[in-house]
Amino acid sequence: MLFVMQLLNGLLDGVYYLLIALGLSLIFSLGGIINLAHGAFYAIGAYLTLVLAPRLGFGGALVVSPVLVAMLGMLVERFLFTRYYRLDPLYSLLLTFGLAMVAEQALRMIFGAAPLSYSIPDFLRGQVFIGDFIYSRYRVFLIVIAAACVGGLWLLLEKSAFGRVVRAGVQDPDMVGALGISLRPYMAAVAGIGIGLAGLAGVLLAPIYTIHPAMGAEILTPAFVVVVIGGLGSFWGVVLAALLVGLVKGAMVGLGFSAFSTAAIYFLMLAILLLRPRGLFGERITRFE
Amino acid sequence: MTKVSTISRRRLLQAGAGAAAFTLAAPPILRAQDVLRFGHLTPRTGFLGPLGEYAAMASKLAVDEINAAGGVLGRPIELLQEDSVNPQTASTKAERMIERDKVACIVGEISSASGLAIGQVAQRTGTLFMNTGCNSDALRGSDCQKFMFHIEAQNSMYVKSIGQYYVREGLVNGKSWYSMTADYAFGHDLLKVAKRFMESNGGSFAGSALVPTDATDFSAYLLEIRAAKPDLVILNLAGQQTTNFFKQYAEFGLDFPLGGFGFDMALAWAAGKGNFVGSWPSVWHHLVDTDSSRQFVSAFTERHGKPPENQAWGDYNAIKIIAQSMQETGSTDSADIVRHLESGATFDVLKTREGYFRASDHQFMNEMYGITALPADQVKNQWDIFTSSEAVPGKDESLELIAATGDENACTFPG
Repeated sequence: MLFVMQLLNGLLDGVYYLLIALGLSLIFSLGGIINLAHGAFYAIGAYLTLVLAPRLGFGGALVVSPVLVAMLGMLVERFLFTRYYRLDPLYSLLLTFGLAMVAEQALRMIFGAAPLSYSIPDFLRGQVFIGDFIYSRYRVFLIVIAAACVGGLWLLLEKSAFGRVVRAGVQDPDMVGALGISLRPYMAAVAGIGIGLAGLAGVLLAPIYTIHPAMGAEILTPAFVVVVIGGLGSFWGVVLAALLVGLVKGAMVGLGFSAFSTAAIYFLMLAILLLRPRGLFGERITRFE
Repeated sequence: MTKVSTISRRRLLQAGAGAAAFTLAAPPILRAQDVLRFGHLTPRTGFLGPLGEYAAMASKLAVDEINAAGGVLGRPIELLQEDSVNPQTASTKAERMIERDKVACIVGEISSASGLAIGQVAQRTGTLFMNTGCNSDALRGSDCQKFMFHIEAQNSMYVKSIGQYYVREGLVNGKSWYSMTADYAFGHDLLKVAKRFMESNGGSFAGSALVPTDATDFSAYLLEIRAAKPDLVILNLAGQQTTNFFKQYAEFGLDFPLGGFGFDMALAWAAGKGNFVGSWPSVWHHLVDTDSSRQFVSAFTERHGKPPENQAWGDYNAIKIIAQSMQETGSTDSADIVRHLESGATFDVLKTREGYFRASDHQFMNEMYGITALPADQVKNQWDIFTSSEAVPGKDESLELIAATGDENACTFPG
């Protein structure tokens, strides 16, 4: 029974990675930018919560901080990413690595290196019991928001004119250009959405994780693992990978091998890459082959 | 190239003469050869970075206070601070500080692995190293060094001091614990000491989980703990993990008593009132009520807008102890200071009783405290979120009562 609970809990845990991983995947698929600064935007989202929540309440911060982070993301896209779209991804790797360090150090200079405190707002405190399964009310809220965002993003990409252009841009940007559509505004929008989602994750996780300058680096690695397992360019691949990673972690703890719960997700990645080098549902993107 | 050639020879001579004149005219306090350099190495980034920041702020404060009072043997101290990063980098930077910058001593470190690396460099070069934050017993036992001293309490001191409290509260004899242990040297060392303590006091373990050091989510562990129904949950996690655990423990509404054998106040402050629970050992805290302690707290708070925590205590006092030893021996030579520290010289470290270094393993003997989290409705501000026990050991007891005995943790200094 406990083991079943662990699997269920693991699945739900996977949802937290999803908000970060989806943005990473989108930005890479469209622009070829490996955004190592993605975690930094997550951290900025969390710190913005600290600044905004006393004035606007948690609800206000939940809306405003991701928007501010998205705007910051679009600025970074406009002035930095645009110069790197046509270059080897190695260059953007260097750029975003530097950007991540600058952001982390800036947070350290402004807010100090010591972790800062932030708690779950009173109206979301408490637990829910389903049979013997205990879960936190806040996490239910978190998962509802995350699921809504994932659903919304899917609708946007699959069912809207905007999404059609983005998907075409992922496959063949030159052909999109030949058809007279400039990808520039789409790329800016995708960077804004992807980075805004990271900011949202920052707000959502601020009450249950520690807020400290290096929190971005902390979450980036598992998010990358999720993207790699899921396969680039695949929306549902990333979703499935996030759930799978959570499931494996939960199973390891449930089986009493907690010490290997992190190592296990890397083995999972290794196994999947050996069987499917493009990840679970990775599409063949000609320009990256 | 063109830039260099535009500076005329005459300009160059003028500049050189100016610089020379400045050097000659400068008061002795500015002349490099009179400055006494102290090296400070501690992690400033990574999961120990937040604690390292307190260490850096406190060591700077100590040096500024010493310099304002006339320096050491009439020489001002210059503090060289660096991020020790990891054992390899720590060892390289320690070497550079000693060989190139000619530091008189090295102070700092929090990670036991890096502490070990710096200790080896210190031993090889005959330079004093004062460890301010590594708890591992092995550093005072199998890995002990003649030139390495420890102001930070060892794991055994943390376990024995708070262990007595758990025994008094009836949480040990016939009771079961669930332990959460960070999966690296510090955690393993601590788990070993905790098991020894439990076995000798009639307790058992309901469960024991090793936690990867990069784990941030504890919901899976919370489900395990809830099912195991322990009498006490023992937390020996790494850095920010402790804060995450506090927050999520409250989130899931678990109410088994909580405690642990390693503790840093910064992590409790980050968890905040209501989330921070349980009883913990502490080498010092900002509510210790002595004159010197109050003075340190007010000087630190005035400068940084927040009170110092236990890591700040270690680095502040380490520098004060070394400066005082140099003053008392009239020498800045490491070998002389080592002899002085081994002689049983006593030092005020902001507590009711003075402490001393034990010659057998270079561990600083001094009082410790047990602190207990206040319920949320009794907390008045974000810093004073706990109450403290009297100093342990009690005032008529030997300070060595809580330290590891020679049998438990033998040290033979390498010749």
